[in-house]
Amino acid sequence: MKALSQKRRHPLAAIALLLMGLLLTGGLYAVATSVNQAKADTTSYSASDVEQGGKLFAANCATCHGMGASGSQDGPSLVGVGAAAVDFQVGTGRMPMQMNGPQAQQKPAQFNEEQTKQLSAYVASLGAGPAIPEEHLLDGKGDAAKGGELFRVNCAMCHNAAAAGGALTRGKFAPALAGVSSQHIYEAMATGPQNMPVFNDSNVTPEDKRDIITFLKTIEANGSPGGADLGSLGPVSEGLFVWVAGLGVIIAFTIWLTSRTS
Amino acid sequence: MSASSTAEAPFVPKTKVGSFTNFVDERVGGSGILREFGRKVFPDHWSFMFGEVALYSFVILLMSGTFLTFFFDPSMAETHYQGSYTPLYNVEMSVAYNSSLNISFDVRGGLFMRQVHHWAALLFVASLGVHMLRVFFTGAFRKPREMNWVVGGVLLILAMAAGFTGYSLPDDLLSGNGLRIIDGVIKSIPVIGTYISFFLFGGEFPGTAIIGRLYVLHILLVPALILLMIVIHLFMVVVHKHTQYPGPGRNDGNVVGYPLGPVYAAKAGGFFFIVFGVLALMAAAFTINPIWNYGPYDPSPVSAGTQPDWYIGFVDGALRLMPGVVNNFHFEWIVFGHTLTLNVLLPALVPAGIIFTVLFMYPWIERWVTKDNREHHVLDRPRNAPTRTAIGVAGFTWYCVMWAAAGSDLIATHFHVSLNDVTYWLRTLFFIGPIIAFIVTKRIALALQRKDREIALHGRETGRIVRLPHGEFIEVHAPLDEYKRYKLVGFESPAPLPAQPNEHGVVTRKEKRRAALSRWFFEDRVAPATPAELEAAHSHGHHEAIAAGDEQKSLSH
Repeated sequence: MKALSQKRRHPLAAIALLLMGLLLTGGLYAVATSVNQAKADTTSYSASDVEQGGKLFAANCATCHGMGASGSQDGPSLVGVGAAAVDFQVGTGRMPMQMNGPQAQQKPAQFNEEQTKQLSAYVASLGAGPAIPEEHLLDGKGDAAKGGELFRVNCAMCHNAAAAGGALTRGKFAPALAGVSSQHIYEAMATGPQNMPVFNDSNVTPEDKRDIITFLKTIEANGSPGGADLGSLGPVSEGLFVWVAGLGVIIAFTIWLTSRTS
Repeated sequence: MSASSTAEAPFVPKTKVGSFTNFVDERVGGSGILREFGRKVFPDHWSFMFGEVALYSFVILLMSGTFLTFFFDPSMAETHYQGSYTPLYNVEMSVAYNSSLNISFDVRGGLFMRQVHHWAALLFVASLGVHMLRVFFTGAFRKPREMNWVVGGVLLILAMAAGFTGYSLPDDLLSGNGLRIIDGVIKSIPVIGTYISFFLFGGEFPGTAIIGRLYVLHILLVPALILLMIVIHLFMVVVHKHTQYPGPGRNDGNVVGYPLGPVYAAKAGGFFFIVFGVLALMAAAFTINPIWNYGPYDPSPVSAGTQPDWYIGFVDGALRLMPGVVNNFHFEWIVFGHTLTLNVLLPALVPAGIIFTVLFMYPWIERWVTKDNREHHVLDRPRNAPTRTAIGVAGFTWYCVMWAAAGSDLIATHFHVSLNDVTYWLRTLFFIGPIIAFIVTKRIALALQRKDREIALHGRETGRIVRLPHGEFIEVHAPLDEYKRYKLVGFESPAPLPAQPNEHGVVTRKEKRRAALSRWFFEDRVAPATPAELEAAHSHGHHEAIAAGDEQKSLSH
């Protein structure tokens, strides 16, 4: 103790302290971020999956994402994006991208399940990232009401309270969520595709994500209790409907009522 | 008639019903009222029925609204939902929202009644709007109906107020977002804005008082005022008698149509049930305001696709169109340490202010310009008042641009265009749309008038091409019958009225302004075919050679 207190005025003490501080914050940060990072469990992928995926990648993706997925001017590096990102982008047909535009459009998937898995395996082998979620998180048996609250706070501002989708700036948009598989919903939250932010596991825990999926699947299965939902788009479609259909029918009746006389 | 009946022996009823009705009639004179009203004549035209639609929608609103008050609890106390809609089970919410959900899911017929009420509200304002458009474009607001036009305008504002206060009652996320926007608009008013907001909400937004207060306004004050205005409106309709479209035998001194009793009353009564039926069908088959989707109000989330009901849409659209900064010019100023947010204040209040000011003043503007102090009971066909029609379409276009802006996000997503581009286009149209609409409408109206004149003079094109012996082709025109021709020639086409000196022989500056406006109104005009012109046209029609020459000229163009 005495030795330490004697050396505290040493010219290098400040630098030593600084180093210690940096090490501490850096270490804490590393720990904190790795808590959020769902580990890619490469264990479920065989070596041949990775190999096949690598070939598929080189043939279909490397043009933009570069050889070894290191990125190019036309596409970002995919090192560390994880299997979940690949499964979402390729599984929903967004990748390979049909054309450049404000955001990648959904289209019929170009690869089958096997190939998608191989691509995921390849990208997951390049660096740790969010993994494909486990089955029990996708069962849709969570708390729908809590999921609804989380959805309204975190998702509704873009996707609309009834998950009917909404506009973003400059041609970008948040898509409607009806018909999207539980797995893809989960992966979207975990990886933040296109313009969507990442909802990592400390922000929205896996259980919360399960609740959100439960909510979405519940309202999808429930249908609209009040009759045709007019797209769940709110007052605009209601207004359009009353002007076109409501008033239209009324006008037809007024013409009928007054047509018998001249 | 009454003299002859008094001369006879006093009426002795023979049946029980007869003696009962006679008892009542001797005391309140019902038969006299019935005789007077039963013979009241109403012209028949489909466009005259929108006011009726509005009235019937209002009656349906009163009935369905009364049902809803039995179950609605306008309290902002907190509770946890225990009803049957699982996606909201045990969610913390206000009692008002809770009771709205209960009406929707646990009260028998409640959801149907809620949807009838809401669809009726939308139809009420829509039919009011269409009714006012009809009145404007046919010139029915002219003397003696200027005051009734104003009463109609007040009704429109009251209908919007009723709609908005009702929209906010369920205390769901959508209605709360709407209230927040209103709160923002109120707070943007200089000096008094914050005070009004705190007074209205009983403290900081959202507080715990607003739903109860809006409820009182919605079910008591506003409907009472609407009812009062409807009574005044209908009273004036009876006093003024109904207007009629121009036609043979119709003039400013008569009303051609059917008497109220029995046919018209039966038709009107039946029409009530038609409107009710249409609304009931809509309510039964189409969701409106699915409050369960939106969840309870919480100031933090805002859902995509948050819009007001259609009649407030134009104000929301104006707010969406307003830029915050234009070329480094900021619309938010700090004046004496207070923030003046012109980017909220201007779009929220100015367009609506302009629309309603012009709307209320228009009958007097036109009266001043034309110096026309006569009573008008025969309507104008819109084409026969080109400038008025053009003004109306320009105003309507302006309204529609703002209206469309309220759905800019949905236009962007559904037509796959950029939201920013939609906004830029609508901003451009906000300024040039009304001008284009004015010019195009006026030209179309004048062109239609010319077409009418042409048809009146030369008859209708039959499409029958005849080849003359010397090889020339002509199209045969069929003359109109007198009734159809009357419609095409029996209108007034006022000419510009030059500035005139007053009693001191002075042409005032105001009079010069009026003359300039009169020139702007009536400079471009198509005069109706005069009897002399008709005569000339018809007589030359008999000389085939001349007519053929005419045709050739018009064909060679």
